[in-house]
Amino acid sequence: MKTKLIPSALIIIFCIIFLIFYKGLQNSNIYIPKNNIEIDVPTFNATLFDTDKEILSEEIFKNNKFYFMNIWSSWCIPCREEHQFLMNLGSQENIEIIGLNYKDKNQNAKKFLKEFNNPFKLIISDIDGTIAIEWGAIGVPESFLIYNKKIIKKIVGPLDENSLLEIKKIIQ
Amino acid sequence: MKYLRYLTFFFIIFNFNSSHAQEKDLQIKITKNLRCLICQGQSVYDSDSEFANSMKVLVKKKLNEGFTEKQIYDYFKEKYGQWILYDPEFIKNTYFLWILPILMFIIGGAIIFKLFIIKGK
Repeated sequence: MKTKLIPSALIIIFCIIFLIFYKGLQNSNIYIPKNNIEIDVPTFNATLFDTDKEILSEEIFKNNKFYFMNIWSSWCIPCREEHQFLMNLGSQENIEIIGLNYKDKNQNAKKFLKEFNNPFKLIISDIDGTIAIEWGAIGVPESFLIYNKKIIKKIVGPLDENSLLEIKKIIQ
Repeated sequence: MKYLRYLTFFFIIFNFNSSHAQEKDLQIKITKNLRCLICQGQSVYDSDSEFANSMKVLVKKKLNEGFTEKQIYDYFKEKYGQWILYDPEFIKNTYFLWILPILMFIIGGAIIFKLFIIKGK
């Protein structure tokens, strides 16, 4: 009886360990950002696009209204695809679109805006990509819907028809 | 007096180098423990992606601002969650992970003790 106790206890322990690790294996090991979040807008200091003027984040999102922060760059191909949706959203009255120009050359960014039109009310520059990290972004394009100084929705990747409809529903 | 001046000069130079090297070491240590989120299986230190390069710049900036290693980890954890750290922290989800080796060591030790030492006597 006593001699059988140790092996059976060992087998049970190993079964439990196996089960726990087996279950752990099924968890995704790809980073999936949370999209429906409600966190405060980060505080940072940024330079206004095409100027030397500095601006504080509190000044940008000071009103209690909807803001749409879009991280874009002229070298980013998906940004070209989403631009039409940004233009569409920009024509809405109750939302202000803010652009964060990510690791871009001033000249190229200007050319991009000239070619595709400018939906942004204000553009800030992020030359070394650190402001995008303040926002918890992992790449470009990425967008944030802001209301009352809080991020209420995050869109990773380019905007599409569905996400545009969803945003329009929220802001109405 | 002249030698004293030289000595002070070299002392300052060497001291400066070592403090700079320490800061660099810490920066490397931190970036090695941060996961590059867009390149699977690579740390920020190993990766040359846009994201990882920005993270490196930010870690350097934070160190210059006087942030400690833990404060930097907390900062990134707040932005991206626990997943950004390679070294899992001792929290509810990782109790088992941390305690398992100790448990195995104790149980294994007990078995060896029981089988060989007590039986041997």
